[in-house]
Amino acid sequence: MTKKLKQILSLSTLFLLPAIVISFFQMDTTAEEIANISTSGKNYFEGKTIEWVTPFKEGGGSDTWARFNASFFQKHIPGNPAIVVNNIPGGGSIKGANLFAERVKPDGLMILGTSGTTQMPYLLDDPRVRYDYSKYKPIMAYPTGGVAYISPSIISEELANLKVNSVEEQTAKSVAIIKELLANKVALKYGSQGPTSLDLVTMYSFDLLNLDVQAVFGFRGRGAGRLAFERGEVKIDYQTSSAYLKNSVPLVESGEAIPLFSFGALDDNGNLIRDISFQNSPVGVFNGDTVRVNVPHFGEIYAALGYQQTGIEWDTWFAFMSAGFGGMKLLLTPKETPDEIVAEFHKGITAMKQDANYKKNKFKALGEYDQPIGKPADKIFDLATNVGKEEKAFMKNWLIEKYDLNLK
Amino acid sequence: MLDLVLNALTTLFSPDHFLYLVMGVLLGLIIGVFPGLGGIAGLSLLLPFLYGMDEVSALATLVGLVAVIPTSATFTSVLMGIPGSSSSQATVLDGFPLAKKGEASRALAAAFTSSLFGGLFGAIILTFFVQIARPIILLFGSAELFMLAIFGLSMVGSLSGKSIVKGVLACGFGLIVGSIGAAPATGEYRMVFGVDYLYDGLPLVVIALSIFAFPEISELFRKDEAIAESEGLGSGGWKVGMKDFLENKWLALRCASIGTIVGAIPGMGGSVVDWIAYGHVVQTSKDKSQFGKGDIRGVIAPESANNAKEGGALMPTLLFGIPGSGSMAVFLGGMVLIGIEAGPSMVTKDIQLTYTIIWSLAIANVLGAGLSLFLAGPISKLTQIKFSLLAPFMIMVISFAAFQATKDMMDLWMLLIFGIIGIFMKRFGWSRPAFLIGFVLATQAESYLNMSVQFYGWEMFLRPGVLIISVLSLISMYFSRKGTVDENAELMEKSRNDGLPLRPQLLFASFIFIFILISIFDGFKQSFLGGVFPLTIAIACLPFGAWLFWIFIKEKHGNPAIFDAEQVAEPDTFKSPWYEPILWIGGLYVLSVIIGFIPAVILFFILFLTLKGNTGWLQTALLTAGGIGVLLAFGYFLNLEFPQGLL
Repeated sequence: MTKKLKQILSLSTLFLLPAIVISFFQMDTTAEEIANISTSGKNYFEGKTIEWVTPFKEGGGSDTWARFNASFFQKHIPGNPAIVVNNIPGGGSIKGANLFAERVKPDGLMILGTSGTTQMPYLLDDPRVRYDYSKYKPIMAYPTGGVAYISPSIISEELANLKVNSVEEQTAKSVAIIKELLANKVALKYGSQGPTSLDLVTMYSFDLLNLDVQAVFGFRGRGAGRLAFERGEVKIDYQTSSAYLKNSVPLVESGEAIPLFSFGALDDNGNLIRDISFQNSPVGVFNGDTVRVNVPHFGEIYAALGYQQTGIEWDTWFAFMSAGFGGMKLLLTPKETPDEIVAEFHKGITAMKQDANYKKNKFKALGEYDQPIGKPADKIFDLATNVGKEEKAFMKNWLIEKYDLNLK
Repeated sequence: MLDLVLNALTTLFSPDHFLYLVMGVLLGLIIGVFPGLGGIAGLSLLLPFLYGMDEVSALATLVGLVAVIPTSATFTSVLMGIPGSSSSQATVLDGFPLAKKGEASRALAAAFTSSLFGGLFGAIILTFFVQIARPIILLFGSAELFMLAIFGLSMVGSLSGKSIVKGVLACGFGLIVGSIGAAPATGEYRMVFGVDYLYDGLPLVVIALSIFAFPEISELFRKDEAIAESEGLGSGGWKVGMKDFLENKWLALRCASIGTIVGAIPGMGGSVVDWIAYGHVVQTSKDKSQFGKGDIRGVIAPESANNAKEGGALMPTLLFGIPGSGSMAVFLGGMVLIGIEAGPSMVTKDIQLTYTIIWSLAIANVLGAGLSLFLAGPISKLTQIKFSLLAPFMIMVISFAAFQATKDMMDLWMLLIFGIIGIFMKRFGWSRPAFLIGFVLATQAESYLNMSVQFYGWEMFLRPGVLIISVLSLISMYFSRKGTVDENAELMEKSRNDGLPLRPQLLFASFIFIFILISIFDGFKQSFLGGVFPLTIAIACLPFGAWLFWIFIKEKHGNPAIFDAEQVAEPDTFKSPWYEPILWIGGLYVLSVIIGFIPAVILFFILFLTLKGNTGWLQTALLTAGGIGVLLAFGYFLNLEFPQGLL
């Protein structure tokens, strides 16, 4: 027995000692380096690994965003750090974001890529949320948009085939569609991922237009929702910009879908404008003639229906649209991260935008939108994560009344 | 069409493209061997290289990787009883008993030949149907998907064991466990007991490992012999295996068709396909006595289905941009990154790319199965090794695999808890396949039922597709009761049931019963839509539970519901008490929480090998270094995480 004990003790020492020594040395270097970051000539990120936490599954929109950027970050951030995309899905992204909040240090070595789905439960004070946007700052933002569309089968044929020649006419057509749906009291179903996902903005938008839309929950992803639309199970759907352009525009071309409105985009001052992503996409094919005009944004439709773009209902829409689409994806680091470290990221991002491969593939992978850094990113971050008390309370109340959902 | 097909083929066979395909296949094989690692891990390794590649090379690499993972996942399923991927669970049922008989090489050879056939079959179907598949796929609405889930559940009948009472209860238990977490219809949390981890439900990988692999490891641990109980066929078994395949070629064809169809339906998920194929072979075989004890047909059926599935799954992936399986989600992500958009254009202007993908799939299957077949003989020698030397590796592998599910320490605790449940299910003859099928189909059945009732109302049952699948389910149920798989049938026959103490069985049955009661209590706290599904299942289980207790109380010893493998086993079968493996594995996890997984595994290896394996200094050091080396290499190249300790 003593022989065995000796064997165990000595082998354990043999194996574990090097590990202890290595981990001891690793602990000290980082803290010291942050202190000397501006003085030492060496690139801060040289030989380091940056962990990009993605609180979503592999293969989805946020994952694609992360992986697309990661390869260019690796190439262009001074010192060429290895970028590792770490997917921690769960609880509609709450789990990964919570884990980030627990583990992150202000050293730039762990960054979080959030999405509108991460913002929503935070803004609604979901009790499971343990991350706090006020403790972070953006390295980069990535806005997106989306388009809601309907099936021509629920409206009259003349209206479906009504040819448009301009955005204004498309606006009038959308308004006519909505009026017809209201007049005929058409009840619609919408395939949703859940009331606290990004679908919240869509469902709230339908409600503001007084459309009778019942959400059917349990869809896993927007793709599943689109499939239900293609099968004819739901007659109204929305997709975010790149998914709309890739997979819904062919439906518009084949006469199986008519765009109703887009969610718009935010300009540098935070005003709602038409989304340039859709300016060249078809809104319909009329007698073999493909018409390409932009899709009117929700605000235009709302105003054309005679509603005021003021008051709590509108403000709430605007606040949650900004959080869900305007600032859809945010790349975050703790507030305390030294500006020098963020500057290294920015150097890399600026160089990335000049990369020929980036320019070539960006549209297909991410869409039309720019990925702002610096001031514009701060503005977007602010709009996306600071929703006023009243708007918050109004939305929570709406969720209780409409979906009996009480987030406590 | 033919010129397009040939054109794609010649492009692919140009030397550099072909080299990329081979690279993808090799990577896929290596990653697939490790349970729990799928295409996702491979993709993260590949991505940096995908940039700068031309479209064809990049696609070839991606397809090569994705296509062969179900092929090499078979190694652990057959040799160690560890389900290597979500679509090779059913392979374990007969593959592992064959390995125990010393016929591992035969089982592997039959499996790989079937994989090869299934993969090619899927690719051929894809070639002819990809252009006309869209309207067919769109026929499967939520109502049809719900009925398909019911069809999947009808397979339980053939797999529930001799005792129908326990089979139904095991399936119901699986359905309830599967409905833990957010309700699909309302998002309410069911049976989460305040544990954050349970919000998304239990991961399939963890459940599959704990229900199948854990009890086997525990049993081998206690027997402490080699996995193969006899010399069996040795390494010449591969010829026998290939002959087995040829003798069952029509079976393989049927199962490959099942695999392709199930794969092509978006929303079905790959994890039921092997069960449907397995259920099918049991139902259609005259002699069912050997199923579950090492019938080669039980290997051929799921293996021809799971590789064919990938071909089928490519259809919704390419046509709609909606992944037909987990690995397809990764494939789709990879496509986006190289700038290819899946969607309707894949059958119009990008048809050339589609055929490149199809041919890559076919060739990858040939390469993957060929290489695996070549390795089957030598690798199956692993089953001749004394188990105490193999055990630390297997325990490390299942823990690591489980941890990859959600990268949470809870993965390991759940593996332990359900592992213990698995041990008792095996010991008392509760059908583990029935439990797993229930678990896999719970969410699907519930969410599609909810959707279709809202979309169609009760008229959903009048839809032609629903009627057809209903008839199929009824036929399947009829056939299933004509004979069922029971891994314990032999033991049961020779067992001397009279006078056995019933208390251990009674305790376990009570545990299941209490669990069901808790779920009823929990169900009543939810809103109607949130609670109706688990409530219905649980209440339906109650009479079966009462029936089981009645059998126990009346001590009806002839009834197959009464069974205890432990007490009827030959004396001296087990060299250590039942709780010893649990203590070792639990100890490893406790240690991981304190000092981190890697150091804990090092200590575990040294302690286990010295104390249980009686190995000397050098051997202990080498085996430990080997185990840790593999773990660290995988961790480093695939950027995987390990549980961190408190220190």
